[in-house]
Amino acid sequence: MLSYIGKRLLQLIPVLLGMTFIVFMIIRAIPGNPAQVILGQQATEEAVAALTAKLGLDKPWYTQYFDYLKGIMTGNLGESMRTRAPVAEEIWPYLAATFELALFAMIIAVVIGINAGIISAWFQNSWFDYTAMILALVGVSMPIFWLGLMGQWAFALELGWLPTTGREPVRDPVAAITHLYVIDTIIAGRFDQLGQVLRHLVLPGLALATIPMAIIARMTRSSMLEVMRSDYVRTARAKGQKMFFVVYKHALKNAIIPVLTIIGLQLGMLLGGAILTETIFAWPGIGRYIYEAIGYRDYPVIQSGILIVAFFFVMINLIVDLLYSFIDPRIKYD
Amino acid sequence: MRKGKVWSLAIMLLLVLSTVLAACSGGDNESGEKDKEKDASEQSGSGGGETLVFGRGGDSTSLDPSRTTEGETFKVTINLFETLLTFEDEGTAVEPGLAKSWEPSEDGLTYTFELQEGVKFHDGTDFNAEAVVKNFERWASGDAEKHPYYNSMFGGFEGDEGHVIESVTAEGDHTVVFKLTRPQAPFLKNLAMDMFAIASPTAFEEQGDDDFERNPVGTGPFKFVEWKPNDSITIERFDDYWQEGLPKLDKVIFRSIPDNAARLNALTAGEIDLADGINPSDGASIEGNPDLQLFERPSMNVGYLGLTVTREPFDNKLVRQAMNHAIDKQSIIDAFFEGRADIAVNPMPPSVSGYNDEIEGYDYNPEKAKELLEEAGYGDGFEMELWAMPVPRPYMPDGEKVAEVIQKNLADIGITAKIVSHEWATYLELASKGDADAFMLGWTGDNGDPDNFLYVLLDEDNIGSNNYTYFKNDETHELFIEAQTEVDEEKRIELYKKAQEILHEEAPWVPLAHSIPLLAGSKDITGFLPHPTGSDLLSNVDLER
Repeated sequence: MLSYIGKRLLQLIPVLLGMTFIVFMIIRAIPGNPAQVILGQQATEEAVAALTAKLGLDKPWYTQYFDYLKGIMTGNLGESMRTRAPVAEEIWPYLAATFELALFAMIIAVVIGINAGIISAWFQNSWFDYTAMILALVGVSMPIFWLGLMGQWAFALELGWLPTTGREPVRDPVAAITHLYVIDTIIAGRFDQLGQVLRHLVLPGLALATIPMAIIARMTRSSMLEVMRSDYVRTARAKGQKMFFVVYKHALKNAIIPVLTIIGLQLGMLLGGAILTETIFAWPGIGRYIYEAIGYRDYPVIQSGILIVAFFFVMINLIVDLLYSFIDPRIKYD
Repeated sequence: MRKGKVWSLAIMLLLVLSTVLAACSGGDNESGEKDKEKDASEQSGSGGGETLVFGRGGDSTSLDPSRTTEGETFKVTINLFETLLTFEDEGTAVEPGLAKSWEPSEDGLTYTFELQEGVKFHDGTDFNAEAVVKNFERWASGDAEKHPYYNSMFGGFEGDEGHVIESVTAEGDHTVVFKLTRPQAPFLKNLAMDMFAIASPTAFEEQGDDDFERNPVGTGPFKFVEWKPNDSITIERFDDYWQEGLPKLDKVIFRSIPDNAARLNALTAGEIDLADGINPSDGASIEGNPDLQLFERPSMNVGYLGLTVTREPFDNKLVRQAMNHAIDKQSIIDAFFEGRADIAVNPMPPSVSGYNDEIEGYDYNPEKAKELLEEAGYGDGFEMELWAMPVPRPYMPDGEKVAEVIQKNLADIGITAKIVSHEWATYLELASKGDADAFMLGWTGDNGDPDNFLYVLLDEDNIGSNNYTYFKNDETHELFIEAQTEVDEEKRIELYKKAQEILHEEAPWVPLAHSIPLLAGSKDITGFLPHPTGSDLLSNVDLER
């Protein structure tokens, strides 16, 4: 097990290295000089030239690349060209914001998705099955920005139940400690604020959860159907065990493995791909951070931002792989 | 088996925990300290006042106005810092600020400023002549990366040939004397610009540039409290502010809500009190909502279609004039600006001094356009690329749709235009290299001076930076250069009027519109006067709930 983890971690190195190179080359291939963008339309030519030199962009690309790699080795992710703050310091609040949102969305997606899938499989071809699967199809194909704005209109403007945008009660902001506001409010003992923070999570969380929820539901359903036809389930039922027990205890355990893979992949995608949700709900997350950096050609932020997201993506998948053996001890890694 | 499971679970948890902890340990102390400060200030706050939440499209990049050129930054800093001179409430005439009076010498080379007394910075430092000197020294000794506006407004840095400011000296505690190397006509207006706000010398000397821009200290009506990147910036009332009874609000929170529709939703739901960047198409519904009010920002911008004069057939004046006759500006304004814009005639808006109102714009006249094309030898028309702006800007709410109308207008006179769009940074870079046949762009003025429009956008000196059309004309060049040092306002206006005549004849642009940017706010807001520069001082604003 340990050697497996070690091997996987070693495999990380070429993967991440290759990625740094690809990202590095691609962002430099698109036109747009960061110095020009940062200084804006008003800037003079000399100012742009001076800033280009100052940012080291006049050096050959390989020198820039090796400087960047050297930086990573020493834990220096570079400085944002735009805000001049070190990326390593600047990035955590953004990452935390997305983490909190993605986890919340994932919890919604997993709880609803898996149960919907199970019930659909249990009562195959029933009205519930059809409705759930049609909803799942709609869920996958619904544009997030439309869903988001409709959610704001219905639940915030018409019903007034939930806030439209942001992470916290604006007039009574949360004191950021870990930048995971749910935890911060608990640390501070502010349970009124905790409620507010959770309310702020609901709309963007639902918007973000829609697609993974639909995918998880469909995956669970098909996986469950397969398992339910197997001999041991038939045996268990023949022994007179309660259907609920058979489904949730015996069948689910075996059906969950492929679902787990999907969950891992989806969580990774949510981390980097939450741009639309973060824009609609003014969520100060990593997706928007990187997206805006692309607009400004803020090379260090793009490079390091994507690198960190990729790192978490790979780590989540590693954790998912390791989880397999807890659920199904027959899976071994040696 | 069982034991193995527990072990690997523990290791996995450790892995997850360690990455999380490593990532957050950096910020811990800092935010902890800030919280303590916040608690303390909350206790000492006067209370009773209101908190205004201002929703806007983007975050600031810096809170040191001298270090950035980005408009979002100044929206906040104008409330934290003050300049020697300020602009009037809704225009760009110069008024006393931190300087209560000023006296230019006859030759326009020396300016003597008398400063306000009894003014303090937020950190308790006294505001005096020495502080002014130190600020100018800081900017003049910088470079284009550190203080990008200084050299473009004052002709360079210390030691540069074109540098206008020879010396800034303190004479006594409250008198500052500026000596110039040559007269500079917009000098006073330049001093009133947001970027030349006077900062606490104690703060920038102790903190260094990089820390200062995240912990700004000025003399303004509000002081800085907290900045949550991409989320919110909080400022609160400065109790020792020198102007009696101001500010009226207790606290202002600037929130970034990038999506226009979401921002309007937040306003309607009462989560924010004021929103900028309102789509012209939402104007009517806001006016119909009894809980809201609509604010119109006086226009100081121009949206235009630039014709790159170095490219065929736009090197031909007749073709450029034909383009001007071919485009139906009124229908564009009606359709996409909801009528909230004026047809542009000159390259600068009427609100800027020196505007030539005797010039009659090119009317929409396809027949005339065809004749001009015929005369130019392009009777059969030609093919061209039409670059559409990919992002909405105050001067251009929807570039792609406007481009479609222009395309149709051009087709009517036999010109086949292919609409091209690039991502914004790419668009600007390629256009500035002269790669576009015709491109949409615009400009919002900084200081209400004609130089800031005409010279910057259409002089040969600015080819490669803001003169994207590569237009070059000896006559206008001489007029602009002369106007830059002409201190007699009357004479100066004549020079710019003459230049506009030539520009009209030469037609390097099709000027499209001067738009009226919209803001919306709760009906409770009083005293809010949107400023043409786009940065709004909120000291007189109040909420009457």
